Amino acid sequence: MVIAKAGMDGHDRGAKVVARVLRDAGFEVIYTGLYQTPESIVATALQEDADAVGISVLSAAHKHVFSETAREMRQQGLDDVILFGGGIIPPGDVEWLEQQGVRRLFLPGTSGPEIVAWLQQAVSAQRASGSGG
Amino acid sequence: MASAGQGPSERKPAFTNSSGFEIKRLYSGDDVASLDYLRDLGFPGEFPYTRGPQATMYRGRPWTIRMFSGFGSAADTNRRYRYLLDQGQTGLSVAFHLPTLLGYDSDHPRARGEVGKCGVAIDSLADMETLLDGIRLDEVSTSMTINATAIVALCLYVAVAEKQGIPAHKLRGTIQNDILKEYIAQKEWAFPVRPSLRLVVDTFEWCASNMPEWNTISVSGYHIREAGATAAQELAFTLIDGLTYVQEGVNRGLKVDEFVPRLSFFWDLHNDFFEEIAKMRAARRIWAREMKRRYDPRDPRSCTLRAHMQTAGVTLTAQQPLNNVVRVALQALAGVIGGGQSMHTNSYDETYALPTEQAVTVALRTQQILQSETGLTDTIDPFAGSYYVEALTNQMEEAFSRYLERIDAMGGMVKAIEAGFPQMEIADAAMRYQAAIDNREQLIVGVNAYQAEGADAIPILEIDDSLEAEQVARLEQLRARRAPGWRHALEAVRKAAFGGANLVPPILEAVHAYATVGEIMDTLRDVFGEYHDPGYY
Repeated sequence: MVIAKAGMDGHDRGAKVVARVLRDAGFEVIYTGLYQTPESIVATALQEDADAVGISVLSAAHKHVFSETAREMRQQGLDDVILFGGGIIPPGDVEWLEQQGVRRLFLPGTSGPEIVAWLQQAVSAQRASGSGG
Repeated sequence: MASAGQGPSERKPAFTNSSGFEIKRLYSGDDVASLDYLRDLGFPGEFPYTRGPQATMYRGRPWTIRMFSGFGSAADTNRRYRYLLDQGQTGLSVAFHLPTLLGYDSDHPRARGEVGKCGVAIDSLADMETLLDGIRLDEVSTSMTINATAIVALCLYVAVAEKQGIPAHKLRGTIQNDILKEYIAQKEWAFPVRPSLRLVVDTFEWCASNMPEWNTISVSGYHIREAGATAAQELAFTLIDGLTYVQEGVNRGLKVDEFVPRLSFFWDLHNDFFEEIAKMRAARRIWAREMKRRYDPRDPRSCTLRAHMQTAGVTLTAQQPLNNVVRVALQALAGVIGGGQSMHTNSYDETYALPTEQAVTVALRTQQILQSETGLTDTIDPFAGSYYVEALTNQMEEAFSRYLERIDAMGGMVKAIEAGFPQMEIADAAMRYQAAIDNREQLIVGVNAYQAEGADAIPILEIDDSLEAEQVARLEQLRARRAPGWRHALEAVRKAAFGGANLVPPILEAVHAYATVGEIMDTLRDVFGEYHDPGYY
């Protein structure tokens, strides 16, 4: 599981809390630290053989960050890696981001267990389909 | 049997606030028996300033309403400023976009997607001139929320004023300039800690002789709290940061009374009403006592803590967002009772985006209602003498002392930051807070209690994505048409950075020559190196 902060956004409270919640739920979590680029996030995902990549964006650069990361993931052949995220994202942008390849966005007010439950389900579904059944 | 002798049962076994203090069922004179009025409270404007930094407080002049704003281009933000001034706002507060805050120009690859999003795009003096167009800088006071690049922002402001014919010594305002809390909480840094502190002290030194009415720093608890700290942690880390800056200035050879009176502070106003009031009162008393104990200054202003306040963005909910209007009003109320000097109230739509004009207006009107309609401004420190508030104020001071002892034992705040201590304390507290919400120990209306479907739709401000290209085009034009003196000016910046000379004069020259923010910061990065996120979590 790679949890990342992208662009120039320093708001890392949410990313760190999610990283800890996932770690406490039994996931192996790599937190990238701040100021990553779509390329560096995808490189980390490749290197760590991640099942999922979660990105937190509170700087309003979400359209750029998510769409570029999704594109880079496709280019690197990471089609089976789940891209998800959260942050300050206007509801009107959610559908567009999902069309770019973001599987799920968690908006403010989401509980820890909700993220854990979704991710467990999504990862096992992905693994099942990836292994051919 | 278990509860025999304990009276009727209560909702839960123990009541605590964010700071972890156990709240008693009832407070009485026993809880404040050790309180000595003159020693511990005193009168407003008198040591130890628990009751307020000025003798008349809001009876003389209410707090300054200072709404932080900035978005899009300099021209967009200039229009918002003129609107806010027309609506009765009394001070400006500039939000810069992230590339400016980190010291990159809008055409830098790292700036992609960020231009004008979180604040206004300022790449050079040309943008700053547009931002402040038509605003007389000797008639407003201006706060600039900027840290790693604060020294450049200060020079840009001074340069615009000089072009308006207004000398620096007449300017009133604040640069946030609090780099320590960037490493601790907000994470918008550029250089490693030591050279960053040098820049802060350079501004103290230059302003001491050139800008007597300028607040050279706003030592900020706000971001520490927003990152997850408790009220007691916010108080302790912020005041220890402040004491660290004072000692850095003294180490440079400055006299305390030359620069400490221009230090100001910045508090978060969170949800626990009494805890916030106690925090602000305790802060004034601790600062006065620590300054007196360490330096025994002559100028009483060196012992006086003045504070800006902002309601807590982190408490706003995306669910049923109109409820945020109420949260903001209650937080602002605590701030007013706590006796702060200026305030920003958040807008109810900020969990979605930067605020719309309508949302900002409601936030502004909230302060105007508090000032005009409630009687709050008629008497000073009205909660003094409350058994509960005084007991909490004492507990806050004790919590500060415990942290001071721990951080002193680590060798001071810079060492503590390098060891990740405040960062981890904050991450732990943020985790506890989220766990309390997840298990419903802490109820949040609309989030884990009183939920309602379909109550969330509100209008949202959109920042046009075409801005980035426009801003980059403006920057290219500037680079093409400026006179070549900027190169020489940057060399002077580099020389001063390598040597020990104060960096304000060469940076002021460089901004006048239209060197860009990114060019100036790149020059300094070459000399000082960069700081990288250790990624503690």
